[in-house]
Amino acid sequence: MTDSHKPLSVVGSAPVPAQPTSHWWTHFDRYWLLLIGALVVAAVLFFAFPERFQPIFRYVFGSYAGGDGIFMTLKLTAVAFLFILVVGMVMGVMRVSSVGILKGIASLYVEIVRGVPVLVWILWIYFGLPVFFRDVLGLKDMRIAGFPAAVAAFTFAYGAYMTEIFRAGIQSIPKGQMEASRSLGMNYIQAMRHIILPQAVRVILPPVSNEFVTLLKDSSLISVLGLEDITRRGREWVGRTFASFDTYMVVALLYLILTVFFTRVSTAIERQLSVEKR
Amino acid sequence: MPEPIIRIRNVHKWFGKTHALDDVSMDVEQGEVLVIIGPSGSGKSTLLRTINHLETVNSGEIVVDGIPLTHKSTDINAVRAEVGMVFQQFNLFPHLTARQNITLAQRIVRKRNAAEADRTASELLERVGIPEKADSYPGQLSGGQQQRVAIARALAMDPKIMLFDEPTSALDPEMIKEVLEVMLDLAQSGMTMLCVTHEMGFARAAARRIVFMDEGKIVEENTPEGLFSAPKSDRTKLFLSNILDR
Repeated sequence: MTDSHKPLSVVGSAPVPAQPTSHWWTHFDRYWLLLIGALVVAAVLFFAFPERFQPIFRYVFGSYAGGDGIFMTLKLTAVAFLFILVVGMVMGVMRVSSVGILKGIASLYVEIVRGVPVLVWILWIYFGLPVFFRDVLGLKDMRIAGFPAAVAAFTFAYGAYMTEIFRAGIQSIPKGQMEASRSLGMNYIQAMRHIILPQAVRVILPPVSNEFVTLLKDSSLISVLGLEDITRRGREWVGRTFASFDTYMVVALLYLILTVFFTRVSTAIERQLSVEKR
Repeated sequence: MPEPIIRIRNVHKWFGKTHALDDVSMDVEQGEVLVIIGPSGSGKSTLLRTINHLETVNSGEIVVDGIPLTHKSTDINAVRAEVGMVFQQFNLFPHLTARQNITLAQRIVRKRNAAEADRTASELLERVGIPEKADSYPGQLSGGQQQRVAIARALAMDPKIMLFDEPTSALDPEMIKEVLEVMLDLAQSGMTMLCVTHEMGFARAAARRIVFMDEGKIVEENTPEGLFSAPKSDRTKLFLSNILDR
């Protein structure tokens, strides 16, 4: 625009050194070994002892059409996790808000929920809420189906932990980022959405995926509501055959394979994001 | 005489028991380049930050381009979009490329379309001398390059006023020059600028007026020649002898 400016490109334009070449085995680590090991053990049981293990695998694994076994576990985990993320994000933003009432609501929620076990929330919502609706609101024959009750309970309970994760993530972003955003005329919501949260998400990805894996395992609690997840199917099979050792070993193997797999996936996402950033 | 673009009247600011701004009054004319100097803790950064409302004041009046910041009904975001700010720590958005850093606020605050915002970004990166860094992330840039992107980001909003809060204090000596050249260029183009800086060479070359602050008060206002050759107050003399003797 003005000619008086002389670019001093000599100072700043040193070439970026080439990245070391990355092969597919560069990131081959103990999690892959664990996953492969678990799969090998499952395959050996399945093929080397067909009569003893194949019926257990078939029953506990469940079927996609029936929506039971592993499919129930995955469906519940996925649906609940989506709601948990939304609650965690909204409450997390409220927790760092300068508006006293919003901050107060979010803090109270976190403190109350964290003090009560997840199983108690599940039981209370499933068995307790219909009674409350009947006695207080006069709604007769009010029933909550098992699946939505379980999703609600997990969302409520895990949302509090997720709130704390989002709060910590937002607070880890330097104050200057918000100031720079505001100085450009962005309002608080715009700054949160475009500047603070995208950076916070990178920071909180490890604890968030940790929560996902914990939720996947805790989803076994829904078997108390009669929902046919991996654990419930295992218990039913034991009830029929009394083969407790074999059955619970298969149940454990299925959870292990799932959790190790998702841990791998999240590590891969983290790596991808950190590559993008630099 | 035209209405000053910034009018500050009897401003007081307290941080707990610290009187950060003590009855500060000042006018800045359109197109003026003003340099604010003073020891650390003198309130110079705080004064700058009150002008785009990053700090609120306890009493007094600040009017920017005819809009009183101290009124509750004022849309602060609209005022901020007219006032560009450059920070000591650059504060670039690390998850966005240089180009995206410059285009984001244009799109969501100024409501420009992507092509227009992009064109502005390219022009400004050219102007600050690093067009080839458009697709680099801040982490891949040197401090001087980052600060030049930060200046471009602020200029992209077409501000009427630019605030510089110690823009070269976090830079290696050899990078200070590239940032000062951009600032000098901007000063010559007629931009209204308020700069908190320790770069006396820049103050001498660019400033029409220098304000010396100490303990939250404006101690002296003077032309660069006047201030450096014949400072009016003893406090100014002492400060200048301390920094110029180094």
